[in-house]
Amino acid sequence: MSTMNMIQALNSAHDVMLGRDSNVVAMGEDVGYFGGVFRVTEGLQKKYGKTRVFDTPIAENGIVATAIGMATYGLRPVAEIQFADYIYPAYDQIVSEAARIRYRTAGEWNVPMVIRSPYGGGIFGGQTHSQSPEALFTHVAGLKTVIPSNPYDAKGLLIAAIEDDDPVLFFEPKRIYNGPFNGFFDRPMVPWAKHESSDVPDDYYKVPLGKAKVVREGTDVTVLAYGTMVHVCLATVEEMGIDAEVIDLRTLVPLDIEAIEESVRKTGRCVVVHEATRTTGLGAELVALIEERCFYSLEAPVQRAAGFDTPYPHSLEWAYFPGPVRIGTAIRKTLED
Amino acid sequence: MRDNDAPKKPNRPQLSLHVPEPPFRPGDTPDFSSLEIPPAGAAPKPDITATMAETEQLATGLIRVLDDEHKAVGPWDPKLDPDTLRKILRDMIIVRIFDDRMYRAQRQGKTSFYMKATGEEAVSTAAAAALDREDMNFPTYRQQGLLVARGYPLVEMMCQVYSNRGDKLNGRQLPVMYASKEHGFFSVSGNLATQFPQAVGWAMASAIKGDSRIAMGWIGDGSTAEGDFHAGMTFASVYNAPVVLAIVNNQWAISSFSGIAGGERATFAQRAIGYGLPGLRVDGNDALAVYSVVRWAADRARSNNGPALIEFFTYRASAHSTSDDPSGYRPADEAKAWPLGDPIERLKAHLITIGEWDEERHHALEEECSAEVRAAQKEAERKGTLATTSIDFPHDVRTMFTDVYAEMPWHLKEEQESMVAELEAKKR
Repeated sequence: MSTMNMIQALNSAHDVMLGRDSNVVAMGEDVGYFGGVFRVTEGLQKKYGKTRVFDTPIAENGIVATAIGMATYGLRPVAEIQFADYIYPAYDQIVSEAARIRYRTAGEWNVPMVIRSPYGGGIFGGQTHSQSPEALFTHVAGLKTVIPSNPYDAKGLLIAAIEDDDPVLFFEPKRIYNGPFNGFFDRPMVPWAKHESSDVPDDYYKVPLGKAKVVREGTDVTVLAYGTMVHVCLATVEEMGIDAEVIDLRTLVPLDIEAIEESVRKTGRCVVVHEATRTTGLGAELVALIEERCFYSLEAPVQRAAGFDTPYPHSLEWAYFPGPVRIGTAIRKTLED
Repeated sequence: MRDNDAPKKPNRPQLSLHVPEPPFRPGDTPDFSSLEIPPAGAAPKPDITATMAETEQLATGLIRVLDDEHKAVGPWDPKLDPDTLRKILRDMIIVRIFDDRMYRAQRQGKTSFYMKATGEEAVSTAAAAALDREDMNFPTYRQQGLLVARGYPLVEMMCQVYSNRGDKLNGRQLPVMYASKEHGFFSVSGNLATQFPQAVGWAMASAIKGDSRIAMGWIGDGSTAEGDFHAGMTFASVYNAPVVLAIVNNQWAISSFSGIAGGERATFAQRAIGYGLPGLRVDGNDALAVYSVVRWAADRARSNNGPALIEFFTYRASAHSTSDDPSGYRPADEAKAWPLGDPIERLKAHLITIGEWDEERHHALEEECSAEVRAAQKEAERKGTLATTSIDFPHDVRTMFTDVYAEMPWHLKEEQESMVAELEAKKR
């Protein structure tokens, strides 16, 4: 057991899997010698060699396409897209190829590949380093989408994703790489070391895909969140002094519908939170599922707190970010309705 | 003020936009006499270890082996034994007859769509002969010759075209989008150029694992304009990937001539030069030249001397697909005027010239191939043809939901159940 931040935990997941399975390779822009711009692959090229951990040209379509080719050969590539904002040149390869190869070959080929990418805002990254494009992938049949919210889950989920036989989009909330940012941007940052989930086993373990986690039990209202927003929601309900149940979805597809239903039936109220833009975001799907399946348990309309439908603004970040005020407003509304 | 409204500056030259136009349109008499066709045997053959600089002239010339007297000449003559030549001839004939019958089947309403490779049969069949049986292809939709050459059962191909009960892809894919791991034929994608960098990735994996198999990636002249072409070239070059990259330049991308893809200013083979790779421009209707160049590039890749780019210079004699009518954009007799002839006729003439073939045997071979294709069609049709107006589907409808993931998630299970209920309601 070691104390790890998310970067160290993700590094450890790579290390464990590169060591266990000679078919695992890690690739991406600046991933090799330098160890990635966020240092997630630091030291791995030195340990496993240049043909297992290597730098790629700046061509996201090429990174994903060659990783697909490797996966069809029998490797398990872990490809980093340096920022989720840069993933769009690879969209055709992800949507038309990786997601469909199992289907269109009736299972003769599959694509056991992980595409890792730092996503989300809160770092003054402007519109090219802050986006949350997960709904563009949760909308695609054949893809799994995973978003961890802490070091323990990050390592266990990444190992599960690497071992999964289908292509997995693994979005890493970069705002919480170094500490569980709670949305109060004007308060000092707390490092992961003070958080219980920074106790990370050094060896192999998995956190299963498709399983959500109740991170705070409560009875007043269910709050559904993932990534950075898990911590923002926790801090918000503490500040408000309400007994909310906060669920960290962890995997967006396939969704843990049982955990959601169980909680909403218990509380009768629900708020859905994400950083991504609001319109046709994952929140819309969550609200629809809850209406379809838990309507007679609901005491009030389900509310959404999300990013605004604008490009991510640089200097106006703290007006854009769905922080404690926006989430608190949504929670109060569902409690008062 | 919009840019449109900016005041013109009369003392400066007025800019003009160039939109490429093919030399001939419907009603014109196609005349290819200005097309530069070097004599057979003229192109030098470098060693497989040659650098890009040592191969540069091959990117602008045209590697040809069969001369006007149907003899094999020059350093690129692969000196194949007559049995191999007859095998390639047979494969080409099968592809042509198969195409004709499936085209007709589509016209008879037995399937939704078909694509022929008429005029370019040598490219895929001779390439297959030059590769090792274990090498992996990432083909486009016009390389059915690879499957034929590698002995994929014609019945299975036809079942795929018909999406019938015998289709091992469960009727999921558009006709001709075959896939067979056993035959080293990766699933054809309708999204163009995607297979080019995938072939490079497969080859990189083979090199990472210290394997001896190489990959061959295929693309058309039109789709070399895609970003994936350039990503494939970059990655192949950067990692010295053991891959053969082939552009089938058949002059037409549906209705757009090769100039719309940038073919006016340079040959497609010349694109290799910017990546530091050899580019080899080949007479694609000359089966011996095709074989020889693919063999050269494959030997080069297999011996860690790196990738090469081949341009097969050929002509798409038929329509793009059953949904296309070329009479709207090119002269009807353009294929006949194509100066590089027909690949089947040329190989046949060569075999006759060297005393290994005659008209009688050729006729007998055509009859034999025709009977084989007919028999396959009969057998395939016993398993059904594509029904577009019935809900008596050829496959268990539940299979629509399998293979989306390794394990079916809850939401697909629910959708599967609701679809079954929906179909039962329709039947009632």
